[in-house]
Amino acid sequence: MANIISNHWQELLTGLGWTLLSSVLALFFSLVIGSLFAIMEVTENKVARTIARVYIEIFRNIPLLVITSFFYLVIPLYITKVNGFTAGTIGLTIYTSAFIAETVRSGIQSVDSGQMEGSRANGLSFWQAMRYVVLPQAFKLVIPPLGNQFVNLVKNSSVLAFVAGFDLMYQANNIASTTFDTINSYMVVGVMYLIITMPISYYMRYLEKRLA
Amino acid sequence: MKSFIDAYSWINLRYLLEGLWVTVEVSVLSVIFSFILGSVLGIIRYTKIKYFSAIVGFLIDLVRNLPLLLIIFFTYFGLPNFGFKPAIIPATILAMTIFESAMLAEIIRSGIQAVPSGQMEGARANGLTYWQAMFQIILPQAYKKMIPALVSQFISLIKDTSLATIIVLPDLTYHAQIIYGQNANYIIPMFLALAVMYFIVCYGLSVLANYIDRRLA
Repeated sequence: MANIISNHWQELLTGLGWTLLSSVLALFFSLVIGSLFAIMEVTENKVARTIARVYIEIFRNIPLLVITSFFYLVIPLYITKVNGFTAGTIGLTIYTSAFIAETVRSGIQSVDSGQMEGSRANGLSFWQAMRYVVLPQAFKLVIPPLGNQFVNLVKNSSVLAFVAGFDLMYQANNIASTTFDTINSYMVVGVMYLIITMPISYYMRYLEKRLA
Repeated sequence: MKSFIDAYSWINLRYLLEGLWVTVEVSVLSVIFSFILGSVLGIIRYTKIKYFSAIVGFLIDLVRNLPLLLIIFFTYFGLPNFGFKPAIIPATILAMTIFESAMLAEIIRSGIQAVPSGQMEGARANGLTYWQAMFQIILPQAYKKMIPALVSQFISLIKDTSLATIIVLPDLTYHAQIIYGQNANYIIPMFLALAVMYFIVCYGLSVLANYIDRRLA
């Protein structure tokens, strides 16, 4: 293991950087998209509800790899050149947004309905009430599940390896195939993943206990 | 339009269905094995046997926090270094079982914890041993409550089998890749077919689970 680290620390750190960048970008965008669909699901508008439902069910039930390789192959075919990192991050965002939509929706629904009614009665519009009263309370409730979602993102970003996305897993494969030291290459990378994911998931477990 | 009609020729469709069959086969076996192993691990984690439960718990956390892809690589390319060389399908099932049983162990542990403690106390007071109470009173109630969580884990297992295309598991995703690899016009039709097939299997399973959940409630 020491050999792998001392000879390949540059690739490993680059891979870690891309993995983290992809996860953070995907978390940010899927939070925006997911919240939008979550709000659509709790509105009175039937069309909006159906669109949100269909989006969520479709992308929750298709493998991430299929979504990611779809973007990797189809964007260059019809729109523009795209590298594995971008296509992979788009795929990750779309996939994760469906899960985040469900999480945020359940957060919104567990905010007491009196909050919305009270704000409406005090003259706020639906969007104002959502923005200033309901969502802030909902987000507080969904912080632990969102944290776990981030852990999933870091793990799932390994599919970038399929589309040459320069991430940690991709570097691991390269190192393993140049050094022929598969076990140690994957061990080093495994430890690197754990260094990111373990503290977050333990912290989220602690938060969950404190909120409960 | 023509590429769609060509892409869905009987030969291609049959090839896709053969892939789907491998996906289903691998998924079902992995579900069975990981359910058994996950239950054992979940119970060990719940019972708090000194040191042992803590060590098992830590190992579960390690596996849960690793990417499945890494575990697949490790089983297929790493294990041969220890003198054990599984074929592609057993290697996939082994990797899925390791990963999913760790995920299930958490679900099962929290399911057992959610059963009111009076159930155990009542059963013990009525003369059942700890393990009798566990298997006859606690677990049946726990599993009933866990159905939604278990099924969504099984759905993610089915989706995750697609990752094993990287070790050339001849599953649905891999067969689709072979078909669109021969003709770029088939890319869109093949992704549509993939989406539809995975969707039917996964969404169908969640509809079935909701139905069972409502019947049992």
